[in-house]
Amino acid sequence: MNFNVKVWRQKNAKAKGHFETYKISGIESDASFLEMLDILNEQLIREGIDPISFDHDCREGICGACSLYIDGRAHGPDDHVTTCQLFMRHFKDGATITVEPWRSAAFPVIKDLVVNRGAFDQILQAGGFISVRTGSAQDANNILIPHDVAEESMDAAACVGCGACVATCKNGSAMLFVAARVSSLALLPQGRAEAKRRVQNMVAKMDELGFGNCTNTRACELECPKGVKISHIARLNREFLKANFRD
Amino acid sequence: MAQKLVSKIPEGPLEQKWTRRKKEMHLVNPNNKRKLEIIVVGTGLGGASAAASLGELGYNVKVFCISDSPRRAHSIAAQGGINAAKNYQNDNDSVYRLFYDTIKGGDYRSREANVYRLAEVSASIIDQCVAQGIPFAREYGGYLANRSFGGVQVSRTFYARGQTGQQLLLGAYASLNKEISHGTVTSYPRHEMLDLVVINGEAKGIIARNLVTGQIERFGAHAVVIATGGYGNTYFLSTNAMNSNGSAAMQCWRKGAFFANPCFAQIHPTCIPVHGDQQCKLTLMSESLRNDGRIWVPKKMEDVIKLRKHEIKPSQIAEEDRDYYLERRYPAFGNLVPRDVASRAAKERCDAGFGVNETGKAVFLDFSQAIQRLGRKKVAERYGNLFDMYEKITDSSPWEEPMMIYPAIHYTMGGIWVDYDLQTTIPGLYAIGEANFSDHGGNRLGASALMQGLADGYFVLPNTIGDYLSHKIMEPKTDINAPEFAEAERAVQARIERLFSIKGSETVDSIHKKLGHIMWEYVGMARDEEGLKKAISEINALREEFYKNVRVPGTQYEFNQELEKALRLEDFFDIGELMAFDALNRRESCGGHFRVESQTEEGEAKRDDANFMYVAAWEYKGKGEEPELHKEPLNYEFIEVKTRNYKD
Repeated sequence: MNFNVKVWRQKNAKAKGHFETYKISGIESDASFLEMLDILNEQLIREGIDPISFDHDCREGICGACSLYIDGRAHGPDDHVTTCQLFMRHFKDGATITVEPWRSAAFPVIKDLVVNRGAFDQILQAGGFISVRTGSAQDANNILIPHDVAEESMDAAACVGCGACVATCKNGSAMLFVAARVSSLALLPQGRAEAKRRVQNMVAKMDELGFGNCTNTRACELECPKGVKISHIARLNREFLKANFRD
Repeated sequence: MAQKLVSKIPEGPLEQKWTRRKKEMHLVNPNNKRKLEIIVVGTGLGGASAAASLGELGYNVKVFCISDSPRRAHSIAAQGGINAAKNYQNDNDSVYRLFYDTIKGGDYRSREANVYRLAEVSASIIDQCVAQGIPFAREYGGYLANRSFGGVQVSRTFYARGQTGQQLLLGAYASLNKEISHGTVTSYPRHEMLDLVVINGEAKGIIARNLVTGQIERFGAHAVVIATGGYGNTYFLSTNAMNSNGSAAMQCWRKGAFFANPCFAQIHPTCIPVHGDQQCKLTLMSESLRNDGRIWVPKKMEDVIKLRKHEIKPSQIAEEDRDYYLERRYPAFGNLVPRDVASRAAKERCDAGFGVNETGKAVFLDFSQAIQRLGRKKVAERYGNLFDMYEKITDSSPWEEPMMIYPAIHYTMGGIWVDYDLQTTIPGLYAIGEANFSDHGGNRLGASALMQGLADGYFVLPNTIGDYLSHKIMEPKTDINAPEFAEAERAVQARIERLFSIKGSETVDSIHKKLGHIMWEYVGMARDEEGLKKAISEINALREEFYKNVRVPGTQYEFNQELEKALRLEDFFDIGELMAFDALNRRESCGGHFRVESQTEEGEAKRDDANFMYVAAWEYKGKGEEPELHKEPLNYEFIEVKTRNYKD
């Protein structure tokens, strides 16, 4: 297959970015989108052009590193996949494909398609944990968790922290990301002790870092590669109200 | 030289060794802990759990990772589960049995004392993880669920769908975040270690490159912990993440840390087969699939030919015309034989011409009977996300036709040599998780990597490192202006400048691919003397080509992924060569290491306990020099060493 790849090029955080278009041919339809970029980079290096920087690692859809905005969609035209699990068979032969980084004030561009998502780490550092010290846990089966509750907690815990929810939201809101963590822990008995502090601190940190507000457009849910549902945002809101009502 | 290899295994009965060692250790009081600094490199299960636990204890911890966040470490991709001797299933499991299975699975090339300790702390890991809020699979009554894995006859594997590694890592990462928020741990994401700094024979810090700015930075400490995983990417194509590398281990090796059993690499039987030559990464399909999936190839060659021409579908092949070769050859364990055995059996069938895809390098993993037996809902609950993943990649649905799988490089049992305390031959330098060598011998059992990473990080290292640091309480902060730091930084700088100066025409990846071909061909699933010697000479020739003809674009002082890859490839040459040396020396078949010259009449691996029951620890002797072999004999005091038998 042959493509025109229109890519956002930006030398560094301070530089002004622009689009460049490159031609690439001979791509197998079973190749992944990132393999296509690998091949394009090989070509660019041989032509003496600086290769395109992009984040990637596991290439199995689980590490959450890859983060490309392709043809106007976070992670591209397939549903519920990360960019690394997007395959070229989803594109028309000869198509022009537009590739951009995540666009969000909270995720500044480092170079080309690479952004800084350190804000996510900071939100989790504000309270996305259960304060248990190594060695102080009781026997695991002393905490009974009904099957369906564990499954629902797992649905939220499946979040890979890629940032597609933020990139796709017209408000640049991180609500789905925050909700995934808050909801996953709030559902479990172990997570209840700190539930109030957790939700207050994480929401405050999210606001402080410049993420937008949630207006329930559900765009995040559509683009989440792990299918995290906005019902978790509803739980986050309930937890937040409960916590503040008590104050 | 021999006195360098002191394994420090405590005296006494097996079940008392760890207790005894802990009793002997010196402690550091809380006021002193605050003054002591520890560097942890890597944030997978080992690194994140260690850094968090050391932070909780009150040490001053600096933690480094090459990704944008500690959460991206490759432990995240482990699918199937984590073993623990809880005996929640009442199937007669015990610490002893987990210990025994691990020693046997490792083909009697690991240390009894280390493995027993691993089994001993395994139960605490599950307790810890549940307390952290990890949503493990549950029965309807709310109790924890288990499943079975290869090489064992009990169900002791705990899991969170097919994302167990992700959940365990997010647990360790959450603990790490807790400590970062408390200020005990400082996190340095997008930083890559480029050298170890040794002062007066002790590890005192690292040189790292800030991957965003390109600046070379110095970091000092009272001790350094390496938790940087394995070196499977030497083969270019593997199930490892693209950025996984063995560079930190090689830097330590060149600074004097011995490297043990490099040739023990695990080839995982159930990966999605290679398609074409544009591929850069292989995807694992979890071993848990072998609980319910059955592996087969056709019995008749005419069916194979029709399959390759797409004239028939696999589901059209009659039951009696299918060769369930694992069940045929190994009735007692069937589809759940250990990974090395399953991989070789797949290769045997494919070499005999029965491979089921166009390349002839694939076998079937079939769920049709499981779907009939359990129903679609149950199968989806157990494996749904794996089925989806397979379908996304291959465009074929496992609900309708069997999966196609083939073995691929997955894990490296070899690693930096450590003693019972997980300390390397350099005092103050520790290695944990996949980066060390100690627990899996010649072959690792499924669901044991997660167990080992967390055992080392949560429960072993936080105790043992204290014993070393108790002697350092009067020592001031390490001075990063010391000449050793300056010298290490100069060497790193020279290395980088050399790479930019070559200005050749070949890309880093194209040369890495060639290295991968050499490794897979000669240091892969079957190895012989002639091939291994060829591998060494070809690696050397390729290294020369690299230094003549590689092209590293851009500059040092910017975000530069090609420079990162070039630096890692330099180290992959060293590891590849070391693996071939070790494989050449080990003239026996053992675990994942199969020497063609050493097999039974039936084609099974033949161990040579009389000559090779030792850990091969290699010492660096300088650039271009042959490494020196040191042997640590393995003594089995508590179990009887047998030939592995998965037949009856």
